[in-house]
Amino acid sequence: MDVTILQMFNGLSVSSILLLIALGLAITFGLMNVINMAHGELIMIGAYATYVTQTLFKDLFPEAMFGWYFVAAIPVSFMAAFLLGLLLEFSLIRFLYGRPLDSLLATWGVALVLQQLARTVFGAPNVAVTSPEWLNGGLTVMDGLVFPYKRIFIIGLVAATLFVMYLYIYRSHAGRRMRAVMQNRDMAACLGVSTRRVDALTFAIGSGIAGIAGCALTLMGPIGPSLGTYYIVDAFMVVVLGGVGKLIGTVIGAVGIGMTNTLFEYWTTASLGKVLVFLCIVAFLQWKPKGLVAMRTRSLDS
Amino acid sequence: MELQMRTMTPQRILVLIGYAAAAVALFCAPLYLSDFRLNLLAKFLAFAIVALGLDLIWGYTGILSLGHGVFFGLGAYAMAMYLKLEASGGKLPDFMNWSGLTSLPWFWKPFGSFGFAVAAGLLLPALLALVLGFFTFRNRIRGVYFTILTQALVIITTTLFIGQQAFTGGTNGVTGFGTLFGQSLGKAETKQILYFVTVIALFAAFVLCRYIVGSRFGRVMRAIRDGENRARFIGYNPAVYQMLVFCVSAALAGLAGMLFVLHVGIISPSMMGIVPSIEMVLWVAIGGRGTLIGAALGAILMNAAKSTFSESYPELWTMFLGLLFVIVVVFLPKGLAGLFPQIKLRKRRGMEHEGEGVHYSAL
Repeated sequence: MDVTILQMFNGLSVSSILLLIALGLAITFGLMNVINMAHGELIMIGAYATYVTQTLFKDLFPEAMFGWYFVAAIPVSFMAAFLLGLLLEFSLIRFLYGRPLDSLLATWGVALVLQQLARTVFGAPNVAVTSPEWLNGGLTVMDGLVFPYKRIFIIGLVAATLFVMYLYIYRSHAGRRMRAVMQNRDMAACLGVSTRRVDALTFAIGSGIAGIAGCALTLMGPIGPSLGTYYIVDAFMVVVLGGVGKLIGTVIGAVGIGMTNTLFEYWTTASLGKVLVFLCIVAFLQWKPKGLVAMRTRSLDS
Repeated sequence: MELQMRTMTPQRILVLIGYAAAAVALFCAPLYLSDFRLNLLAKFLAFAIVALGLDLIWGYTGILSLGHGVFFGLGAYAMAMYLKLEASGGKLPDFMNWSGLTSLPWFWKPFGSFGFAVAAGLLLPALLALVLGFFTFRNRIRGVYFTILTQALVIITTTLFIGQQAFTGGTNGVTGFGTLFGQSLGKAETKQILYFVTVIALFAAFVLCRYIVGSRFGRVMRAIRDGENRARFIGYNPAVYQMLVFCVSAALAGLAGMLFVLHVGIISPSMMGIVPSIEMVLWVAIGGRGTLIGAALGAILMNAAKSTFSESYPELWTMFLGLLFVIVVVFLPKGLAGLFPQIKLRKRRGMEHEGEGVHYSAL
């Protein structure tokens, strides 16, 4: 019983990280029909931004301040990935609108370059980020059942990000413009929405969220140049499963994959668990080929 | 044959001369290449077979598969299992001993026969492709969704192969072969014969692809690529065509994998992972998708460049590879092979001073 609850908790924490990563992917794919394989590297940038913040705090500030570096690291890693995303959109992605397969290949090239850059700057071996003192230890729920604070913190961070994203997408002017472009780009453009600006901003925000995900990942273990590649395919599966265009689809997709992954890996072995999850996803797509929540459209070749 | 019925324009003759020259150059390669270089070339030619198959599905049918590493790997493992059993000579292969197995697993047993191993190396990838294709194309899961699913297939296959160490050799893969039909694999003569086998296989694959592309079937393939729904409305069932092409493509990758093992002497999960799979796509992209010769040449050229540069400058090579990917996809969607017709067209258009007319867009 204890173990099952712990596994469920772990599954929830895996899901929350997946959700953070997949959120940006789903939005950019739904909005611009662009698949960003360099998304994993934006996670890595976020993680390294956290690492740099930590090092700066260690060198520049008194020791008592060190515990608070993580609070500063979250906006720093968001901004780092946000700016890189903006640059990426401006220099490359905008040439690839409406060519999803080509965008996938081109951004994979970008991913290779970014990984190599990180290897040159920070070195190939993984670096460890010291978690702040206040995140060590855990919450004892029952005898022999401890929820680590780090994972609770990550789940909280994801919930907060999700809430902010919800407000942005469904309760703000910018979000309304974004949804309009997503539903009908031409019509939105006719009505005076600057689709170019919406695209750039949305892509950058998606990248920034990936940066936050990278920041969260530093709590889970050491980070390295190829950090993003471990998560990127799972995150894409979330998009495939959840469908594009609605926040709720991504949430359900992430929780579904994170939970089943953890549980299957617990019941069988790590490698067999992955196979089973894959089979489940393919089986699910037999029922809903466009994912759980699909945008309604009347166009045939969308 | 249809080929002879066509009129012989000067261009056609030039192309045929080109093929003949390539054939002569490949068959005479043992005369002017050292054993080491010949072995490398043989490996590149095996990769060219994968590129041909990938071009069929991507360049001609418009479906991007990032899972060809798996099909390549399945073929390679089938051959490796046969070679391993021959090398162990009736005893248990060494890595099984280390993993604590006492008897040969049942699915290893038939791989003692060469015929079965070759058949499995071709049919297993095709079967896997058929199953995956059946559950995706039939439901009109295509485009990026399909691509992502193939990539997930790569991940789970590699984790599975690494995880089941007792049966697959784990991370180390299967290696330590000795002989093929009693002939040592390390001997120069054996290597030469294997080289010729590869050249013949490449030509056979090329002719097969050529035939498929030129046939009525090939025309439907291109119709599906350019407008799947239109093809459907005319009365073709795209799913059947997509499944069949995917199968052929996978079988070609399996064939290449078998030859690869014979030349290189090892197969491990890292050779069928995400990065090799995507590199295969890059060969086709650079050579030129939608032209068979471009895909094959792309594979050979890219691998030659890789083995020249990556040993001395591994870091620069990764950078270069990434940049190349971006540049080719954005600026040269038809690859190097696309450069030639483009130049020719531009010349012709320039001569006729026609600004408008047919749009030769790169898309």
